[in-house]
Amino acid sequence: MSKREGEGCVRKRKTDVQKSEDCINPDSHVIAAFKVFQQELDTKHDKHERLVKISRDVTIESKRTIFLLHRVTSVPDVEEILNEADVKLDGVRQKIGQIAEELRGEDLHQFHRAFTPGIQEYVEAVSFHHFIKHRTLISLEEINARLVFMRDEQKTKGDSEVMWTGPCVLTFQVTPTDYLLGVADLTGELMRMCITSVGNGDMDTPFQLSTFLREIHDGFSYIGNTGPYEVSKKLHTLRQSLGKVEDACYTLHVRGSEIPKHMLADVFSSRAAHLDPDDTMA
Amino acid sequence: MSVTEMFSYIQGFLSADQDIREDIRKVVQVLEQTAREILTVLQSVHQPTGFKDIPCKCLKARELFCTVRTHTGELKTKFPVEQYYRYHEHWRFVLQRLAFLAAFVVYLESESLVTREEVANILAIEVDREKGFHLDVEDYLAGVLILASELSRLAVNSVTAGDYGRPLRISNFINELDSGFRLLNLKNDPLRKRYDGLKYDVKKIEEVVYDLSIRGLAKEQETEGDK
Repeated sequence: MSKREGEGCVRKRKTDVQKSEDCINPDSHVIAAFKVFQQELDTKHDKHERLVKISRDVTIESKRTIFLLHRVTSVPDVEEILNEADVKLDGVRQKIGQIAEELRGEDLHQFHRAFTPGIQEYVEAVSFHHFIKHRTLISLEEINARLVFMRDEQKTKGDSEVMWTGPCVLTFQVTPTDYLLGVADLTGELMRMCITSVGNGDMDTPFQLSTFLREIHDGFSYIGNTGPYEVSKKLHTLRQSLGKVEDACYTLHVRGSEIPKHMLADVFSSRAAHLDPDDTMA
Repeated sequence: MSVTEMFSYIQGFLSADQDIREDIRKVVQVLEQTAREILTVLQSVHQPTGFKDIPCKCLKARELFCTVRTHTGELKTKFPVEQYYRYHEHWRFVLQRLAFLAAFVVYLESESLVTREEVANILAIEVDREKGFHLDVEDYLAGVLILASELSRLAVNSVTAGDYGRPLRISNFINELDSGFRLLNLKNDPLRKRYDGLKYDVKKIEEVVYDLSIRGLAKEQETEGDK
């Protein structure tokens, strides 16, 4: 093995063979440089890992909020649920605050892949919440406006030197692409909400929803393929959701006057399952 | 804000983004062209005749790096500097190639591993992210790994050309590189994939060295050098 590291076989052969194995000079400048790279890469990977973890927490909590919000169609006290959702979303925002903290002084796009699923889910939850409350689409600025965090910085090193004190503002910016993908996911939730609300005898919500969904669909068609690849993928699902909601409205409109309200639930439960108009009256 | 307004705002954002990408792509294309030219110049060291005037080829390559510097300067102006990683994918490949070429030139000149700072200098870019358009560590390391496979080829060809000393020196160099890379904790990413190829380069060079030593060719060269 002496030929491996030796600077010349003749000289090497004179030295101990065992020694030559670790004869790569530990303080050669190449090894020193790689030690620096090791640290740099490890720091980066650690940060990435931490971000993925937070992102997963954000996803889980957002999903739970969405499930909670789906209950508004069947519960008399809407306010209560909305407040509960508000509390949950506040918790999610705290987590996003942690992301913002991790990203302080970093390039947001370098770690974007780590947290984009969480952020999309958050957009979905917060826009769903907003829609139930105001029946409008939350704007990107409104979302970003709520992602401003105050941090009381009191980093004391030792006792004497205080790094800096007082509040420090941290912001997190949702990228337009994440916003767009979150809104695309929202349409799926709206479709589900439409079907369940019909089941509960609510005759207004489906029509409001279909108008809203159509607006969003038009918006997405306007963007078309200028957007990123994921957007065009979601457009297909969006079409399906819109189709289901439009069918539901159609049925309500045509047959709504004929069917007694208490039977609507049956009509739609079979409709939602098959989406076959012929089955419904059987 | 109505839904339509919101979407047209985002559409505006997206088309601005696409314009930037278009601009970047144009510059990157020119960079790729220059990188290919440099590679062509350096490739000729594999020719038996090429071994004689390596310094001249390095000089020529260095000249071409001047063109690279103007293009990287141009690239820097195409996007806001804090959004480096947003568009990173566009120049990642060419930057790795250029890092390799710079490392190759430096190796041919001085038989040492180029530092990240040197590469950054040759390409007229920064080392630290804070200071502007920089060379990502991973891109630098990827470039170094390309160099390793180029050198294993060079070892073979230098034997054919009758230069028996070079493979030994390359072997030392690659082994040092290999132990350097073994210090890194790589994730399952493209860099890791490329690193997995390094062992074949090491193996190849060891075979060459073996062939030389059992025939006494390596020793012969060395004693010649000693005289």
